[in-house]
Amino acid sequence: MTTTPQDLRTDQTPLAPGAPRSGTTFLGLPTAPRGVGHLRGDRSFPDAARDALRDGQLRANLGHATQTIRGKRARVVAELPDWQQLRAAGSALKAATMARLDEHLEELERQVTARGGTVHWARDAAEANRIVTDLVRATGTDEVVKVKSMATQEIGLNEALEAAGIAAHETDLAELIVQLGDDKPSHILVPAIHKNRAEIREIFLRTMPRVDADLTDEPRRLAMAARSHLRERFLRARVAISGANFAVAETGTLAVVESEGNGRMCLTLPETLITVMGIEKLVPTWPDLEVFLQLLPRSSTGERMNPYTSMWAGVTPGDGPQDFHLVLVDNGRTAVLADEVGRQALHCIRCSACLNVCPVYERTGGHAYGSVYPGPIGAVLSPQLTGVEDNASLPYASSLCGACYDVCPVAIDIPSILVHLRAEHVEAQEKPTAESVAFKALARAMSSPRLWRLAQRAAGLGRLLARGRPTMPAALPFPASAWTRSRDLPTPPAESFTAQWAREHGGRS
Amino acid sequence: MRVALFATCLVDTVVPQVARATAVLLERLGHEVVVPAGQACCGQMHVNTGYRREAVPIVANHVRAFAGAEAVVAPSGSCVASIHHQQAMVARRAGEHGLADEAEALAARTYELSQFLVDVLGVTDVGAYYAHRVTYHPTCHSLRLLKVGDRPLQLLRAVRGLELVELPGAESCCGFGGTFSVKNSDTSTAMLTDKMANVLSTHAEVCTAGDSSCLMHIGGGLSRLRSGTRTVHLAEILASTEDAVSPDQTTRPAVTA
Ligand code: SF4
Repeated sequence: MTTTPQDLRTDQTPLAPGAPRSGTTFLGLPTAPRGVGHLRGDRSFPDAARDALRDGQLRANLGHATQTIRGKRARVVAELPDWQQLRAAGSALKAATMARLDEHLEELERQVTARGGTVHWARDAAEANRIVTDLVRATGTDEVVKVKSMATQEIGLNEALEAAGIAAHETDLAELIVQLGDDKPSHILVPAIHKNRAEIREIFLRTMPRVDADLTDEPRRLAMAARSHLRERFLRARVAISGANFAVAETGTLAVVESEGNGRMCLTLPETLITVMGIEKLVPTWPDLEVFLQLLPRSSTGERMNPYTSMWAGVTPGDGPQDFHLVLVDNGRTAVLADEVGRQALHCIRCSACLNVCPVYERTGGHAYGSVYPGPIGAVLSPQLTGVEDNASLPYASSLCGACYDVCPVAIDIPSILVHLRAEHVEAQEKPTAESVAFKALARAMSSPRLWRLAQRAAGLGRLLARGRPTMPAALPFPASAWTRSRDLPTPPAESFTAQWAREHGGRS
Repeated sequence: MRVALFATCLVDTVVPQVARATAVLLERLGHEVVVPAGQACCGQMHVNTGYRREAVPIVANHVRAFAGAEAVVAPSGSCVASIHHQQAMVARRAGEHGLADEAEALAARTYELSQFLVDVLGVTDVGAYYAHRVTYHPTCHSLRLLKVGDRPLQLLRAVRGLELVELPGAESCCGFGGTFSVKNSDTSTAMLTDKMANVLSTHAEVCTAGDSSCLMHIGGGLSRLRSGTRTVHLAEILASTEDAVSPDQTTRPAVTA
C-alpha cells in the first residue's frame, strides 16, 4: 500500500472544479435538482414500507434472494485471511482520494484527453442529460444500447433520451426485466431482485417481440430468450452508454465490472461510447485497482472474481469505439464532500452487500426508499445528494443494527452517518414540532436529578391505566399507539429502582 | 471491588427488577454496590433520534453522577455502547471539550454486565441456578458495537439446571431500534414477527438478552400473542439461585390477565 491515513488532508475541504466557494465560507453547495432524475420518492419511507410489507410475493422473493447472496458472500469473504486489512486499505484509499478529488479529476481529464477521449463536466442531472442527448443526436442515430449503470438511473437519462425521441435499450438482464416490465429497479446490483422466475417469464411473454410462446420459467430458457432479444440490438447499435465502476486518474483508464458479458458487447461493438460517471468513482493510480477488484466481486455477487472486467483508455485506432466521451457528473456530490461526517458515503463502490444484509431492506424491498439508491447506503446517500429535507424519512429507515457497517468492503460507518443526518434534519426545523418539544422537555428532566425523579414518578402513574394488569391497555393515544398496536407495554412499577434503593439504604447512594 | 451501578433510564423506570438482579448478583460475588442517586440516562435516545445538542446536558449529568467511580456497570449493551461511542463525540461537537475528555475517561471504566463479569472479574460460573429452557438473543449493539461475543453464552452455560437452546437467525435484529420501533412501527413489527417465529421454534420457556429495551420489544410481542414464552434479562437469570429466583423476577407467564 502506498497510502497511509496520514495522507488524509482532512483540514481542507476539497471541491470539484467550478464548485462555488467564497473564501472559506460555503455558500450552500448545490444539491441534486428537483424534477429530474430518481433520487426522491413521492411518499415517506414508513408509508411506502407499509404497502410493501403486505406484498407476500415480494417478501418471499426478497427473503429468498437476500439470504442466498448473504450466504455466498460470507463464504468467499471467509476465505481471505487479510479481508480486514483489505477493507482498511480500501477505506484509506478512498479517503485519501476524496481529500484531493479536484486534483485527481483534472489529472483524469488530461489523461483521457491525451488518449483521444473527450471529457464533459456536468454540474447536475439536467446538464448531464443534455450533454448525452446532444452527443447521441450528433451521431444521427435514434437508439442506444446501455450497460447497467447507477449514474444514468440516478439522473433519469432514459427518460431524457426518450423525450428526445431516442430509444435506450437496457442490456443487463435484470435491468432489461425492469425496463420491459415498466417497473423501477429495487436493488443496485440486481435491479429485478423483487421479481421471481414466473413473473419474469410473464414479462418476457408479454413484451418481447418474437419470443418463443412455449417459454418456461427455467433460468436457462429465460436467459436464452433475453440473449436473442438483445443480440439483435447489439449488432444494430451505433452508440453505447455506460457507467463506470472505476476510473484511474494516472492512466485515464475506465473500468466496468460485470457478470454477463452484455456490458462487454456494448463497450466494444458500437462506434461511439459515452460513459457517465459520478465524480467520486476514481482512484489515483493503477495499483489501487488491486484492492478494489478484490473487494468488489466478493462483496457483491459472492464470487472470487467477476467473469468480465472491461478496461479502456481513450480510443484505440481500429479497435473498439472510435469516439469516446466521458461525462463527469456532480449532481450533489460536492455538497456531500463538504460534510465531514457524511462524505464517507462517497466511498461506496456499489457492491450492494449492505442491502443484502439489511433487515429493513430484506422486508421492505428497494422501492420503499423512493430513490434509485435503496437500502442502508441509499438511506445515507440519497438525502445527502438531494439535501436532507427532500428525503427526510430515509435517515430514520434503519434500526441502527450495524450489519451494513460490518459487511461494507470499504468500512463506511453507515449507522453513524444515519444518526448524523437525523440530527441535520432535526436542526433544520425552524418551528418546534411535537417531537422536538417532547425531546427537549425530556432532556431537561434527564439533566436534573430532581426533575428526573419527578418524571419517573409521573411515568409510574401510568400504571393506573392498567388497573392492576401486568400490561398497559392496547388502545393508547399516539405516539404510544404506534408501539401498542403490535406489542404489549409492561405496566410501570410504583417505584423506580433508584428510589427503592435510596429508601432501603437510608438515602445513601 | 466497589461497583457503581448504572441502572439505565429504561430499566430504572420500567423494569427495576433487572437493576435489582444486577445488584444482588454483584453483591453475591462479594462486591460492594453503590447506586449513585443523581443518575438518569446516557443520552442515547436523544442522540439516535437526532437531538444531539439536547443530549449534551444529559451526558454532563451522567458524568457528574458517576464522577469518582472506580468501575461502572450497566445491564445494557446498548447504553454502554453509547457511552463508549457517542457521549464524547456529541460533547466535542458542541465544543465541550472538557466534558468530552471526562466522558471518555468514564467510558474507559464503564462495562456491560457480561463483559464486567468475564473480563474484569474473571468469572463465568456465578453460582446461579435456573431450571428453565432458555434461548439467547444477541442484541445488535452488544454484538456489533461492544463485541461481547460469546461472553453471555459462557455465563449461561455455567448456570446449573439451565437448558440452553440455540436461536436460529440469532444475529438478525429484533426490530426494536429505539424510536425506530415507533417511527417505522410496521417494519419494526415485521422484523419482530420473524424474531418471534425463531424464538418460538426453539420451544424455549425464556428468551434472554443483555438489553431490556430489545427484551421489552420481543417480550411485548410474545405477550400480545399470549405465547407463554417470556423474556427475562440475563442479569435476572444470573442472579437466580436454588434458594430464590431473583427478587421480583417473574416466573409466571408474562400475561396473567
Ligand atoms: S455502502 Fe459499502 S456495502 Fe453498501 S453498497 Fe456501498 S460499498 Fe457496498
